[in-house]
Amino acid sequence: MDFATPFDINTAINLGLLGILLAILGGIITTRSLLAAILLMSVYSLVSVVWLVIMDAVDVAFTEAVVGAGISTIVLLGAILLTRSEALHIKWQDVIGPAAAVLATGALLLYAAIDLPALGDPSSPANAYVGRLYIEHTPHEIGVPNIVTAVLSSYRGFDTLGETTVIFAAGIAVTIMLGFGERSLSDLPADVRAPNFDNLAESDHHVILRVAAKMLAPVTILYALYVQFHGDLGAGGGFQAGVVVAVAVILHALVFGLRDTMHAIRPEVTRGVSAVGVLIYAGVGVIGMLNGGVFLDYDHLFPVAFESGLPGSHLSGGHHHWGQHFGIMFIELGVLATVSSTLITVFYAFAGRSSDAEVDIHAAHAPPAADAPMRASGAAKGGAGA
Amino acid sequence: MSMLQSLLGHANYIAIIVLMMGGLFIVFSRANLIKRMIGLSVFQTSVGLFYISLGKVAGGTAPIELDASSRAGRELASHLDPAYVAGYGVDGVVYSNPLPHVLILTAIVVGVATLAVGLAIAVRIREAYGTVEASEIERMDLQSEEVLSGEPMVAAKSGGGDTP
Repeated sequence: MDFATPFDINTAINLGLLGILLAILGGIITTRSLLAAILLMSVYSLVSVVWLVIMDAVDVAFTEAVVGAGISTIVLLGAILLTRSEALHIKWQDVIGPAAAVLATGALLLYAAIDLPALGDPSSPANAYVGRLYIEHTPHEIGVPNIVTAVLSSYRGFDTLGETTVIFAAGIAVTIMLGFGERSLSDLPADVRAPNFDNLAESDHHVILRVAAKMLAPVTILYALYVQFHGDLGAGGGFQAGVVVAVAVILHALVFGLRDTMHAIRPEVTRGVSAVGVLIYAGVGVIGMLNGGVFLDYDHLFPVAFESGLPGSHLSGGHHHWGQHFGIMFIELGVLATVSSTLITVFYAFAGRSSDAEVDIHAAHAPPAADAPMRASGAAKGGAGA
Repeated sequence: MSMLQSLLGHANYIAIIVLMMGGLFIVFSRANLIKRMIGLSVFQTSVGLFYISLGKVAGGTAPIELDASSRAGRELASHLDPAYVAGYGVDGVVYSNPLPHVLILTAIVVGVATLAVGLAIAVRIREAYGTVEASEIERMDLQSEEVLSGEPMVAAKSGGGDTP
């Protein structure tokens, strides 16, 4: 172990940012307000984005910025809207057990960390073999400049297919539990509808917000497309672009009300598209199989005779790997479709649930409402049955 | 190698282990389910930081192909020992390891999906129990059915007088 971590400006910034993260974590642990904890969590993500850029992980930084600081915060806020915003006080006696367990685990991990290679060691096992191999082989095997994209969508395309499917499955799980939020689409009178998302749109105080959001939404989508198609060349790709698309839709919903957004982008469309995305991804793999390759082998995306006829193809002496280029582009489109529409579906589920909950409360407290007596008798019957 | 040098090389791991344990502590000690999900998020993010730390190569750049003869490539190499670049670089440029980046990139997106599932469960628990505090839920589960019951059970009880 002859490598010594240099103490340069990068190392100093790295340690400083980790210190800030520790301070924020202290805040998250001690605060009882869930709103504060969620906002601190968002700040934690943003600080870690800067840290990730220092550590050369630009693609991860991008993802963390849109997911950790963006979508996670929105989902968490949606959840406390439906539950409560203050945690109970914890007695100090209840903390002793967890603290002991955590200290013991931490001590074991610290002991294990002594053997880890020093930060930045280029000859550490993690960096010397497979990581280096990807860097060496990407230019002449895949031909896209962003090595992370090459590994993500080509070398480890099967992994990524699994992860896309996990996101799709999570979307299904959320909608099974919370529904599609379609009750926001029903023609209830305005005063019965959700006071949280929809009344925003009806208030005159948000004229500036509405004008700004109207202009921002298309630009955000345009930016998402740039991120999508620039993913081969720089930081970006289907995951990040998908989240940005979802953010544009959520911004629209926050300013114009869930109902209007649901009329513009129907819930049944988003749930369909999220399945179609996985289908596109797997379909690209199957096309490779039909053309004589293995699953997700983009070198066989096109028949050999066709690909060698394309301009500058590597099969006829050029340096373009058209199969890889188009394979990556198609599966990234699949990822974009699944990620964006799953996240929109999840947002609809949480936001629509709040409308549902408010409607229920309204119905429970206002007997004259049309369905209130039915609900009450239904509940009584259910109770008698139990 | 001096103690201080070793500490500098491992300071990242120490800080990240503390972050991880902080997240774990929230999960273990807090009864509020939403707070627990936040703790889980902290834990997950910290594991990501750990992976990225392992993939950092000193003097390296982001794993996006760079022409060594371009201005940025020359600028980058000028800070480094030529023997180091020759030994660890690829075509004259030292890159950080792309593999941890790939793993963590997808883990972050999967993380938000699972966070959404966890929160959806919390929302349903709130609707069923009226609370998201694990301690209160436990107490309600342990209490007898009559005490536990909300309105529907009260209705059943008053109706119960009529049935023999």
